[in-house]
Amino acid sequence: MKIVIKNITLFNPYQNLNKKADLLIIDGTITKIGSISAGESEGARVFEFDNKICTPGLFDMHVHLREPGREDEETVITGSNSAAAGGFTGIACMPNTTPAIDSAEVVNFIKQKAKLHLVDVFPVGAASCGRKGESLSPMAELFEAGVVGFSDDGSVIKSAKLLRFALEYAGMYNLPVIEHCEDESLAGGAMNEGFTSTFLGLPAMPSVAEDLIVMRDIILSEYTGSKIHIAHISTKNAVEMVRLAKQKGIKVTSEVTPHHFTLTEEALKSYDTNTKMNPPLRTKDDVEAILEGLKDGTIDIIASDHAPHSIEEKEMEFVDAPNGIVGLETELGLALSELLHKKVLSLEQIIEKMAINPRKILNLPVPQIREGELANLTFIDPDQIWTVDVKSFKSKSKNSPFDKRLLTGKALAVINKKQMYFEDKFFDI
Amino acid sequence: MPLFSRHLLGLQGVPREDIQLILDTAVTFREVLERPIKRVPTLQGKTIVNLFFENSTRTRISFELAQKRLSADIVNFSTSTSSTKKGETFKDTVKNIEAMKVDMIVVRHASSGVPQYLTRISNANIINAGDGAHEHPTQGLLDMYSIREKFGKIEGLKVCIVGDISHSRVALSNIFGLKTMGADVSVCGPATMIPRCIEKLGVKVVHSIDQAIEQNDVLNVLRIQLERQAGASFPSLREYHNYFGITSERLEKFNKNIVILHPGPINRGVELSSDVADGPFQIILDQVTNGVAVRMAVLYLLGTLNTRESR
Repeated sequence: MKIVIKNITLFNPYQNLNKKADLLIIDGTITKIGSISAGESEGARVFEFDNKICTPGLFDMHVHLREPGREDEETVITGSNSAAAGGFTGIACMPNTTPAIDSAEVVNFIKQKAKLHLVDVFPVGAASCGRKGESLSPMAELFEAGVVGFSDDGSVIKSAKLLRFALEYAGMYNLPVIEHCEDESLAGGAMNEGFTSTFLGLPAMPSVAEDLIVMRDIILSEYTGSKIHIAHISTKNAVEMVRLAKQKGIKVTSEVTPHHFTLTEEALKSYDTNTKMNPPLRTKDDVEAILEGLKDGTIDIIASDHAPHSIEEKEMEFVDAPNGIVGLETELGLALSELLHKKVLSLEQIIEKMAINPRKILNLPVPQIREGELANLTFIDPDQIWTVDVKSFKSKSKNSPFDKRLLTGKALAVINKKQMYFEDKFFDI
Repeated sequence: MPLFSRHLLGLQGVPREDIQLILDTAVTFREVLERPIKRVPTLQGKTIVNLFFENSTRTRISFELAQKRLSADIVNFSTSTSSTKKGETFKDTVKNIEAMKVDMIVVRHASSGVPQYLTRISNANIINAGDGAHEHPTQGLLDMYSIREKFGKIEGLKVCIVGDISHSRVALSNIFGLKTMGADVSVCGPATMIPRCIEKLGVKVVHSIDQAIEQNDVLNVLRIQLERQAGASFPSLREYHNYFGITSERLEKFNKNIVILHPGPINRGVELSSDVADGPFQIILDQVTNGVAVRMAVLYLLGTLNTRESR
């Protein structure tokens, strides 16, 4: 099949590409970039994306797909649908499933489920067996089966010794250990500790619970020479420590979620359980430090920490409700609204953090916008104003604090694996 | 004059004139409690459900008596099992009860924010009878009533709340209410029991019980929850009593008139020595009697009048 996209700005900082052109894609391969004549368009489906932007397909490296185990909340397919609707062509899924992704069988199960979908799904392997933090998972076997990193996400790797071994083992394959940084002896509350928790009378956990583990992990990364990736960074101290570690040449990278750069703990004053997540929403100071970290590159990546939960689980007393929110379908809109349009980041920086850096950290090839390449592309309208409606989410779960929020900027379509997603539909191209 | 809000979720944000109105109305009901027949027809035909998701004896009995003396129809629902363990969601439980057509819900729950949540899923008037470590507004009101009864005023008085402020719902309601009424409020306790940034609420923090006695007109002494000791937020009950307990020796040292409140139940020999708990400075049983009158006032004002908010 033949498709033509007219008058689009091709934008890929990885190739220093920023130009207006038409795009001819035949059977999923970029066949011509330039001016496509009427003759060449013959028989093609033509998309008029005037003044919109075409980037390498976006990638979210922190997604919870819930399958196997909680298919009532999300499956590999519904999560991938949600990713495509949010503008992503690739995701990495976290191993806190039931069973955990701690064997080649589970990796293969997920890859099999995702095989025919537009979205590339890359499992992250558990760092320890059953994510229990007791013994190393079969990391070589998991690597061979195709995992792109190791993590006990949802839980910290409590033992410094086990983390040291995980780093050393992962280092053989140049894969990162992705850490959920939280000192468990200090953690366990329902929100960030401070004035707001005192005001709301909610049990709270201090931000230093995150800082302490970030510090420990940086030191162990330096010692082992292996890559550590700090998942969902949320505190001012943690950002400062990562910045210093990078200056020292330590192989540390970090990611932030849209909710941690958009919201503060003030949002909890509604006692809405969709404002309950871990790490919790922090203070204005923390958000400012995060924005600074995004600007100067201390924070390499924007990732959703997409965490689907059923309605009955979230419609619970605040203290008992589970942590987390879905994020794939609001991520790009929040990044563009809060970062691009508020002039925190350039479009170039946003694409680096949402398409290029995640793939680099996970040793995956960055898609090129070049003749002869298989098209792996996201089409973005950075100026489209739209209202979030959780009911229209492709995700099986609707737990988002951003329902009814007005956003500026949206993905129009994605192309990958000879398929296209546009106007709520997948089709082969 | 009607109240501003149709719910009583906490004392945070409740205007001064509303607190004044509740306390003044309670004076009338306090008088009813002295009559041979302690019953008025005020809430006849109104249905009130007492939803107690946490063990409580005195607050529940106080609310029940207040409701009976106002001639309301009442139903009690008590469970200490959280919905997670029970299988039915909290929302379903509440929706079921509401479907039986109730006018008011009095709720106690171990999780902060449950009364707020109820206002979103129910049309009844919601009265918070204690949520987590957040608020216990009728306790705050009865404490203020008792203080006012003793001193004839609240404004300008120095009141110190003593004990485990971090885990107390009484502390926040006292702080919000007393500050609104113009009192000078401080808190006293071991540093591990003082929640962070509490001074931003405009209260002073002291760690010396002698200083607290010396500098205040009123001490509102909180119960030390014996089960918290395991959490190691203080070394031992013995040490707590020696350094933060109120004893007659300590009171005599300053030779002054001080008024001591306690929300009950008292741990004798921990936060109060027995002679203080039974002594001339405490007004603990007055608080209990006043509690019924204050709750009658709240139920009456919410149950019979339109609020300013809704007009």
